[in-house]
Amino acid sequence: MLATRDVKLALLPALVVLAVFAAALGSLFRWSFLEFVPGSLQTGGLTLANLRAVLAPQYLATIRDTVVLSALTTLLTLVAAYPVAYALARTPSRRVRSTILVLTLAPFFTGAIVRTYAWILVLGNTVITWPVPMLFTERGVLVGLVHFSMPTMILILAAALSHIDPVYERAATSLGASPARVFWRVTLPLSMPGIVSGGLIVFAWTLSAFPTPELLGGGKVKMIANVVKDLGALALTLALLAAVGRLTAGRAS
Amino acid sequence: MILRLVVAALLLFITLPTVVVIAVSFNPTAILSFPPSGLSLRWYENVLTYPQFQRAAVNSLVVTGAAVALALPVGTLAALALERGRLRGRNAWAVLLLSPLVVPGVAAGLGFLILAAALGLLRSRSVLIAAHVALVLPFVVRAVWVSVRNLDPALERAAASLGAAPSHVFRRVTLPLLKPGLFAALLFAVVVSLNEFVVSLFISNRVTEILPVAMFTYVVNYTDPTIAALSSLFIVATFVVVWLADRYLDLARVFLQH
Repeated sequence: MLATRDVKLALLPALVVLAVFAAALGSLFRWSFLEFVPGSLQTGGLTLANLRAVLAPQYLATIRDTVVLSALTTLLTLVAAYPVAYALARTPSRRVRSTILVLTLAPFFTGAIVRTYAWILVLGNTVITWPVPMLFTERGVLVGLVHFSMPTMILILAAALSHIDPVYERAATSLGASPARVFWRVTLPLSMPGIVSGGLIVFAWTLSAFPTPELLGGGKVKMIANVVKDLGALALTLALLAAVGRLTAGRAS
Repeated sequence: MILRLVVAALLLFITLPTVVVIAVSFNPTAILSFPPSGLSLRWYENVLTYPQFQRAAVNSLVVTGAAVALALPVGTLAALALERGRLRGRNAWAVLLLSPLVVPGVAAGLGFLILAAALGLLRSRSVLIAAHVALVLPFVVRAVWVSVRNLDPALERAAASLGAAPSHVFRRVTLPLLKPGLFAALLFAVVVSLNEFVVSLFISNRVTEILPVAMFTYVVNYTDPTIAALSSLFIVATFVVVWLADRYLDLARVFLQH
């Protein structure tokens, strides 16, 4: 066995990784306070102008749309994920549990692009002819977002449900409560921690959703991340130019 | 009974896009139709011969290989420290280690972009690898931590009391007992890194881009089923990995406990 002090030191490499990550976020944060100089590659002094610019009407509308879409997504995901999570947590059969788990986890680990592309095919009228337009509408984006959030929500809810001692439910049943009443008065309240943490995580994730609205919204549905990317593409060009500029400047001196 | 039907319907909703992608990938014509009018492998051929995908596949292998090779030992050590280190505020450390999971991809991506530009590293894969290490680390820590927690220290004490040196105990007792957790961590890290998209989009260019980024560009510009073929390969690989992991590790233990 290793000494406790050595074991504590084992945390160091991970902290280095986190420090790099924090440095990236820190430089983003610092940039948000730097003055943008039109026609120049250099940033100016410290300013709050960028933060004020975010409050312009077109950005406020995007922020409002994003919050509404995220709230709807969270609600629908909760309702759709609960029955699956309940089955996953309560089934006595290892085979059923494995099937549900593999079907849930596989999309969780399949990348955003593959999953979003799949929804382009389903929502476009190639497979099913939809009575209302789905692709490139908020409806379509909503379906994609719910599908994207379901695996995470199922895992969180199932973890919360598997912590509930079935004794409470059996007690309520033996005292004469109907199955529906047992669910509303015992199971649901006891799974509240899972509902709250799952809801918060899905809401926060959806707020920053990028590939789903980008590809399923077709430029018509914009969420915050899409606007960030549009502006970021500009920043990328600037950054590349700045890097090239520094390189040539370095050669000259 | 009703619950069973509802659960089956919801699982169908989760799986539907996957099934459609695989069906479309065998479509013989460039114009999508469902059900397909025949079977053809031409899109798979297209995937293998498209130069940008070949280049991106090499980049994916290099980035994922390097990131996993770094994240696995780093995350394993961190998991050991969390469980054995008698750290003050252990929960806070755990939250900190898992925190890259909750940072929005666009924020992390833009941050790494600015950092890379400031360091003049935009043309190399090193920033991409650094970002991937941070993004897969939470999965490694979590998977290994479960194994460390289930490891009985009495086994290590027994080895030590029989005269084994600490490094010998670590190599011959601790590591072998952690194997299931390490295996799970390896699988998760590989799958998460291979599929990472948002952060990579910001910090790669046409030369360094990995497969998901190349796929995104292709989807935006073309509509033929080439992407369906590539997606199908990704989906089948992911299903096999998850199924294997469940078979040998009982995933319910990793995901449903604590």
